[in-house]
Amino acid sequence: MLDIATAYNKYIFLGNEFLTWIWFLIEQEKDIAAIIESKEPISLEIGNSLVLENNLGDKSKEKITIKGDQAGLEEGTTALKKGAFVTELNLLCKMGEEEEYKFTIKGESFNITGLKTPSTQTTKSEDELEGIILEKAYLLLKVTGVIDTLFLKYIENRISDDWKSKGLQEINDWIHGS
Amino acid sequence: MGLISSTHSMSRYHIEGSFEATVMDEVRRGLIENAIPKQENEYEELSAGWTPYESPYNPDFEKFSFIFGTYFLFSLRIDKKSIPAKLVQKEMALAIEKKKEESGRDFLSKNEKSELKETILDVLMHRIPSIPTIYDILWSYEDKNLFLFTTQKAANELFETLFLNSFNLKPIRLFPYTIVETKSGFSADEKDQVLSLSPLKYVKG
Repeated sequence: MLDIATAYNKYIFLGNEFLTWIWFLIEQEKDIAAIIESKEPISLEIGNSLVLENNLGDKSKEKITIKGDQAGLEEGTTALKKGAFVTELNLLCKMGEEEEYKFTIKGESFNITGLKTPSTQTTKSEDELEGIILEKAYLLLKVTGVIDTLFLKYIENRISDDWKSKGLQEINDWIHGS
Repeated sequence: MGLISSTHSMSRYHIEGSFEATVMDEVRRGLIENAIPKQENEYEELSAGWTPYESPYNPDFEKFSFIFGTYFLFSLRIDKKSIPAKLVQKEMALAIEKKKEESGRDFLSKNEKSELKETILDVLMHRIPSIPTIYDILWSYEDKNLFLFTTQKAANELFETLFLNSFNLKPIRLFPYTIVETKSGFSADEKDQVLSLSPLKYVKG
């Protein structure tokens, strides 16, 4: 394994590409459950924030932040056309009939902030504490499992032989509107 | 924000390696040996250690459990003293005045001032209590996953050092590269392909 600090910086782009790909999947209404081979229905929606960054070549960066529950994403698509990537994304993930998760994920670190899981019991009596903990742990492992599996699917596509002719082509077409 | 709160912020780890002896005994030993001291050291600026999830201010792992179903749940407590800069400034001004009066001089040398500052910092460090911060940790030993409920860099670094010292297992922070290394079923060839990737450019046409 590479030195962790070196690898972190060298492969930041993979996380940002992944988040950009998620936006593509959402916009193109791709079947997330089919992609990660889940028996349970899974859907993703862009939540209330999206951050993009564009390296301008001279070590400076352009940062575009879109916030708001009903915010239009036109500025984001314009930024993509100019070469930007999504670096942070607020997502709404629905699983099964009722489960709803909302969180923000950063491309470079995969840090998750503001995660709201489906509601669990709130009473904290000793008897119930273990049940609440087990339920929370299950939900957290489930949603992070979906993120990891989806990310590894992206990587699988990215190193596949037909990436350039298929996967990349589709994203290019989406970004440039062909 | 801890495990049982309405929102969570967290960083994730893959735990490399496994225990040779009984898992629960090893975890218990690591937690007890590296629990945060019950009595705070008045001269220590920073102190970090484990404490039970249910008892953040009484680090008693004999009394409080860290085992919940198949998970280990406990907390990292970081006690930190921080001396406000304005307080140091005030104490310095008073001390300089006093020293001038005592010596009958109207100035102090650079060395005298830095000695005074050192003394003041020592006294304040002794007087000011530590502020504790608690970060919950959920460890799923079987599948080598661990959640640390914070994304603060300083807390992450303290956690990594303390965890390795306590359990002799290396926590590997999960981010794009390490997810490929630890969570994928990729072959060595496929991992090499990932390593050789370079950033994309989305170009028209």
